[in-house]
Amino acid sequence: MSDSLQTPLYDLHLEHGARMVDFAGYAMPVQYQDGIIKEHLHTRANAGLFDVSHMGQLIISGTGVTQALEQLIPIELESLKDNHQRYGLLLSEHGTILDDLIVTRKTADSFFVVVNAACKENDIEHLRQHLPDVIKIEYLQDQALLALQGPQAHTVLQDQLEDLESLTFMQGRECTVFGLPCYVTRSGYTGEDGFEISVTAEHAAELAKHLLAHPEVKPVGLGARDSLRLEAGLCLYGHDMDTSKTPIEAGLLWSISKSRRPDNNKAGGYPGADIIAGQIESGVDSKRVGLLIEGRAPAREGAEVIDPASDKVIGVITSGSFSPCLEQPIAMGYIDQSFAKAGTVVEIAVRKKKIPAVIHQLPFVKQTYYRG
Amino acid sequence: MSNLPNDLKYTKSHEWIQTNEDGTITVGITDHAQELLGDLVYVEVPEVDLEVAAEQACVVVESVKAASDVYAPVAGTVTAVNESLEDAPELVNSDPYGEGWIYKLKVNDPTDLDGLMDAESYLAESDD
Repeated sequence: MSDSLQTPLYDLHLEHGARMVDFAGYAMPVQYQDGIIKEHLHTRANAGLFDVSHMGQLIISGTGVTQALEQLIPIELESLKDNHQRYGLLLSEHGTILDDLIVTRKTADSFFVVVNAACKENDIEHLRQHLPDVIKIEYLQDQALLALQGPQAHTVLQDQLEDLESLTFMQGRECTVFGLPCYVTRSGYTGEDGFEISVTAEHAAELAKHLLAHPEVKPVGLGARDSLRLEAGLCLYGHDMDTSKTPIEAGLLWSISKSRRPDNNKAGGYPGADIIAGQIESGVDSKRVGLLIEGRAPAREGAEVIDPASDKVIGVITSGSFSPCLEQPIAMGYIDQSFAKAGTVVEIAVRKKKIPAVIHQLPFVKQTYYRG
Repeated sequence: MSNLPNDLKYTKSHEWIQTNEDGTITVGITDHAQELLGDLVYVEVPEVDLEVAAEQACVVVESVKAASDVYAPVAGTVTAVNESLEDAPELVNSDPYGEGWIYKLKVNDPTDLDGLMDAESYLAESDD
């Protein structure tokens, strides 16, 4: 860990009793003194503050940037208004997933893009290779990113942002928070209403201290971030999706904008479009599902899913944990499509035992995004 | 540093051992170990009558994030397991040396216990 990079909040994490781990090359808090379960439940009931400064923040700009990005990501950007954002997938020529990202239009000719920490170098290289030379890619190295998530997140920002009600899910705004210049979006990775706040490294600790001064807010580490996103049915790159999976296999058809799907006005025109169109038409052999597991033993990544009738392996777990809200183990994984229907009973091999599980609709815990 | 009772023995792999008058030992994990693991959500205890070798993995403790093995400090036969942990694995976090005990073992050769560490040695070892 001595070689790990530090985010601008490193000292603040230590002050709050964080246990630090290396994640994607950064020393990050996995939990604070309260522990993962309390931090998780606190976020669902009040508000959690997460340091996600390890993620890559980019500004991609230049004449024709909208069309250029549409050729790499199967989303509709032309009609995306200023300060509106969209979830998208960066695809390989085989139509498999290189990364998932959030694209926010800043102006007619520029987008703010947030990518995964572990993917950022590859993403930048891929974008540089495939975007025309006139398009500029700026990596905001000195920018921190804080996420404030939970049902009380909005009360914390109420006094800071004028007319906060008008900032709805997947919208952003240039503003000041506690006097500090920030770019605030109403988005997140927990399934809760909440915000992601981009702020300069110089101001990050001051902003975090202001937010933590509110009794509703507690610092929350990566451990709870993972259990929260799993309950919310959200994919973790490198686990629930990677370069071996297409958006259709990953159950992310919704992330392909309607205009980009077959038989629509802007169908295709992105890497692997033919493969993906074929899968939309004919289906896929295996797809991502949620699994609700009997008992208390969590099924972890790599555990095999078994058909109880034939005893054959029909799938594999890609994320598994204990759900603090449901108080039982939950998982996501890929399963033979004939077993993918919600309610189907399967077994999961955990060590020497086979544990009963049932295919469960995602998300496990209702998403409560603020849509106005 | 976390709580470390002087009347117990310890292993490098963070088990504590209490010697009982009936020739059995009680085994659990140290306060330091439970702190490192974080909130436990499941403990897979061994079957009673299971014969274990020294340093054999015979218990699995699962935190929200990961599964870890707990090892037998010496060779013996499992005589009892803490059944409360089935519904309340968090007892290992809240009371690691008391309500959070994991299993009891009838030791094959009591002289094996001489090789275990005292609190001071464990502390020196786990500070590394």
